[in-house]
Amino acid sequence: MSSKLNAKIPAGELEQKWTKYRSEVALVNPANKRSLEIIVVGSGLAGASAAATLAELGYKVKVFCFQDSPRRAHSIAAQGGINAAKNYQNDGDSVWRLFYDTIKGGDYRAREANVHRLAEVSTSIIDQCVAQGVPFAREYGGLLSNRSFGGTQVQRTFYAAGQTGQQLLLGAYSALERQVGLGNAQMYSRHEMMDVVMIDGKAKGIIARNMVTGELERHSGHAVLLCTGGYGNVFFLSTNAMGSNVTAAWKAHKRGAYFGNPCFTQIHPTCIPVSGDHQSKLTLMSESLRNDGRIWVPKKQGDTRKPNEIPEEERDYFLERRYPAFGNLVPRDVASRAAKERCDAGYGVGASKMAVYLDYASAIERYGKQQASKLGESNPTHERIIQLGKDVVKEKYGNLFDMYEKITDENPYEMPMRIYPAVHYTMGGLWVDYELMTTIPGLYALGEANFSDHGANRLGASALMQGLADGYFVIPYTIGSYLSSQIRDKAADINSPEFMAAEKETAELINKLMNIKGTKSVDHFHKRLGKIMWDKCGMARSKEGLQWAIDEIRKLQKEFWSDVRIPGTASGLNPELEKACRVADFLELGELMCLDALNREESCGGHFREEHQTEEGEAMRHDDTYMYVAAWEYKSTNNYELHKEELKYERIKPSQRNYK
Amino acid sequence: MEHKGMNLTLKVWRQQNANDKGKFVTYNVKDVSPDMSFLEMFDVLNEQLINTGDEPIAFDHDCREGICGMCSMYINGRAHGPMKGTTTCQLHMRSFKDGDTITVEPWRAKAFPVIKDLVVDRTSFDKIIASGGFVSVNTGNAQDANALPIPKDDADASFEAAACIGCGACVASCKNSSAMLFVSAKVSQFALLPQGQAERTDRVLNMVKTMDEAGFGNCTNTGSCEVECPKEISLANIARMNREYLMATLKK
Repeated sequence: MSSKLNAKIPAGELEQKWTKYRSEVALVNPANKRSLEIIVVGSGLAGASAAATLAELGYKVKVFCFQDSPRRAHSIAAQGGINAAKNYQNDGDSVWRLFYDTIKGGDYRAREANVHRLAEVSTSIIDQCVAQGVPFAREYGGLLSNRSFGGTQVQRTFYAAGQTGQQLLLGAYSALERQVGLGNAQMYSRHEMMDVVMIDGKAKGIIARNMVTGELERHSGHAVLLCTGGYGNVFFLSTNAMGSNVTAAWKAHKRGAYFGNPCFTQIHPTCIPVSGDHQSKLTLMSESLRNDGRIWVPKKQGDTRKPNEIPEEERDYFLERRYPAFGNLVPRDVASRAAKERCDAGYGVGASKMAVYLDYASAIERYGKQQASKLGESNPTHERIIQLGKDVVKEKYGNLFDMYEKITDENPYEMPMRIYPAVHYTMGGLWVDYELMTTIPGLYALGEANFSDHGANRLGASALMQGLADGYFVIPYTIGSYLSSQIRDKAADINSPEFMAAEKETAELINKLMNIKGTKSVDHFHKRLGKIMWDKCGMARSKEGLQWAIDEIRKLQKEFWSDVRIPGTASGLNPELEKACRVADFLELGELMCLDALNREESCGGHFREEHQTEEGEAMRHDDTYMYVAAWEYKSTNNYELHKEELKYERIKPSQRNYK
Repeated sequence: MEHKGMNLTLKVWRQQNANDKGKFVTYNVKDVSPDMSFLEMFDVLNEQLINTGDEPIAFDHDCREGICGMCSMYINGRAHGPMKGTTTCQLHMRSFKDGDTITVEPWRAKAFPVIKDLVVDRTSFDKIIASGGFVSVNTGNAQDANALPIPKDDADASFEAAACIGCGACVASCKNSSAMLFVSAKVSQFALLPQGQAERTDRVLNMVKTMDEAGFGNCTNTGSCEVECPKEISLANIARMNREYLMATLKK
């Protein structure tokens, strides 16, 4: 194990670690909090909840986001729900089961202590959100409603129609704006973080670019929190927002923060397929649709019949066939690979043949019959049943069905939806210890930006849980451990040589980009990078493919830096310049992801190495050699050093995942 | 699905910055697929502009899933274009036909100054929320979530109001540039829930005061906001806010 990595996992029994930690962690007294400044970058669930809570505690908080308002952060697009071990359904759920499911779902590549803490605080999140006025779905008795989600056998997911992320984010955003109104937090929207400023080996502030004026700004803080989300846009096409980027995390990486498990990417099984070369992003259809929808392809290769013309016995419900115990509710990585396998074998559907059907016909009939009997209709016609069933489905999934129809011009109530996997989430991220601190003292990473809780695969409805856990209930405690030692230090002087040098470096970077004056747009390079990543570092990876990808990406980096064209000037709003800065970082990250995937000679979770699979085509882990977090240190251009954090399973015995 | 590409003429508002007077510039876009979103059509146009050495058109967008509220184009005289209940990013080119001329402008309102081209400043909405669009509950103060049963109808009605995405289409559509639909949606979300009762009076007074100070106009009940709202937020929220406001002024 690397001596440089200390996860600071508290001693003691797993169930007692967090309780004990909270009782013993150093506190900062209220008078000192007033003079401590905290910079929060990103305003999604993790950032907004952390900023609001820290401001409530009395710290002085500055929040930065690149959008025009903190309410736009991409957490808002999360649809399905948020998990919590409330056991309101009395179906056998518990903190232990949520913990166990998350570790297992992550294919035994997450840290036990962090995940247990996540499961413990999950219940408080729901309480907090309800108190804020988040309008979760309810039953007629007035109590909260739950549904099940992929990879679990209990109903622990809380939701607000298909807009759970929106409602949770607006709750956190309202809490943040309340603190802005009270003067405890200051908001810097349309600002992009360009670098971390280091003084004496500690993070002491950031360089930000005001995207409206183009000016560079120096901001100091006693601690810096990166809550900047994931890096799925390295693939160009993903379900991420157009602006989602890795720049803040990558700049921190280049200043000394190790990057954990960069190759762990989640490819989500239920997305709307690509419609053409103009495609700018992909749209997710919530995983909750797998609760009631059935996934199938024709049994005949290259079948060109319309789905409704294919009789029942000629359909292959391949998830139900391969995984009878979990059926359509297997975890995302398993479902995605199974869809890819069918399409690669020539059974795909739609114009591109790169899609499978998600069919609601049997759910509509089942709900229709239920509804008819509820209404006391003894002999309903088939038409009546279908009508009643459609009404039920509309209430449960109406907004998702509408979205599908808007995008594809096909009516999913009448014919099955076409879906295909797409890049959705990145489990990898900045390496953090138990306190969520990176390898740079004073620099923290929260939410999707860190690597910590989801191992090699994230379960549905767990991203919202982790973002809010980190922000509302973890960082407010753990940050005291560091800040209690900083109370004697004044905020760093933004005119110090370190700040001036960092600003100069950023200015030079922008200058360099603007002066290339090449022939190709930023998107041109981004699309090429995305294609390399999707083909060679996507759902299936091989040694040969990854080595090829690394060579290609290095060539593409050179080409980018000699031939990119950025119109306009660096002063004032310039979206092309913003994109160029982000793509420059994606080009470096893409290389590291391939290096990490090449190093990991096993298959686990979303990381599938073709050389490492069972005879049945399932992922094959190698616990004896790869049961570690790969934490990469940036040494110089194209040069990274691997550090390993061994994962010790004290309570759970890792086994081959089995959803059959 | 193979369709023949469309050829379109676009008249787009170009404005270098807040001080620039701005003007319409005409562009031609060829071979537009009906399966493209409106913003993807703009991506194609911008790529064309970059390749010919022009500056691309600045426009706000982010999630492209119709939920973040960032996209904001005024298309042929309608906020978010011709399709009901749809944001610009979810509007697809199949809503237009070959040979069409499409006029695209930014939101126009005193409280939403233009930053560049089609990009406007909507921070006044954040200020309104900061003045009262919340329940004052610090983290850690909450009781068990199921200790407070809420009738399903109330929860559903609250959710419908809370579905507002804060895009500002209501303001852009209103001849008075009123923000009443936006503000009333937030006021309603909390007025309908037990959690919102403690601050009910102050909330509506403070939010309306901030709204007025930001330079939004008055509501004259034309109802255009409801028609153009991509989330179909109901005009009934404005009626509710008027009642809330009246009650609050009587109490104070």
